[in-house]
Amino acid sequence: MAKRIILGAVAVLLVIAAAYGSFYIAPEERTMGVVQRIFYFHVGSAWAGMDAFFLCFIGNLLYVWRRDQKYDWLSVASAEVGLALMTVVLITGPIWAKPAWGIYWTWDARLTSTFVLWLLYVSYLLLRSLVEEPDRRALLSALFGIFAFLDVPLVYFSIRWWRTQHPAPVIMGGPGSGLDPTMSKVFFFSVLAMHVLMAFLIVERYSLEKMKSEVDILQREAEAQ
Amino acid sequence: MKNLDSVFAAYLIGWGVFFVFYLSIAKRTSDLRAEIERLKNSLPRAK
Repeated sequence: MAKRIILGAVAVLLVIAAAYGSFYIAPEERTMGVVQRIFYFHVGSAWAGMDAFFLCFIGNLLYVWRRDQKYDWLSVASAEVGLALMTVVLITGPIWAKPAWGIYWTWDARLTSTFVLWLLYVSYLLLRSLVEEPDRRALLSALFGIFAFLDVPLVYFSIRWWRTQHPAPVIMGGPGSGLDPTMSKVFFFSVLAMHVLMAFLIVERYSLEKMKSEVDILQREAEAQ
Repeated sequence: MKNLDSVFAAYLIGWGVFFVFYLSIAKRTSDLRAEIERLKNSLPRAK
């Protein structure tokens, strides 16, 4: 419990420091101006969200292989946290797009594949709520989760494979791409902060799933008596 | 500072989403903790 409180406090402090860096340390971008500062929060959340879905995918694979409940708990915890992060991405993106592009939304490859990713993980959680029997629920959702993860590489590569309204990658984007050194430091610090926040939320959500399992066992014991 | 309101809106709504999500986890945890206590207390009585 004490470790979880410390992790939560560290996550909050890092997120506050990242926001401070985004507003006061990172220089203002020449063409977009102040609105570009959304970049640090938007992309940090997107990377952490995709990593949460990767953890969910690993949990899904391990569950199918080992049939251990712990992997199912890891998967559902990561999926829910990934979904929260992707919700932030889908909200902050349009807020940034309106002043930058003049429109909130367009159905280009990056935006559409991200929205589809969000829908896939909403479906993953809906599927879990529809199946009552724990082992069947875990197996079905693990199989669906493996399928849902196929969209993550598609989201990542969409701006490399197709011409999109969404900007081309500035990190690992090839010749001509890249960030100012101070922007780069603030950006990677924001990515770290969002990952620590992601880890804290996954630990909290995992512990909730563990408690649900304890309730199931106690309920079965109570019914047996 | 053109568009500063958009930057504040993005950060505030984003943090709001995380805060509401954390509150939902905390609420569900507290409900389950109460349920575990209730079930644990009911079991010895049934014996």
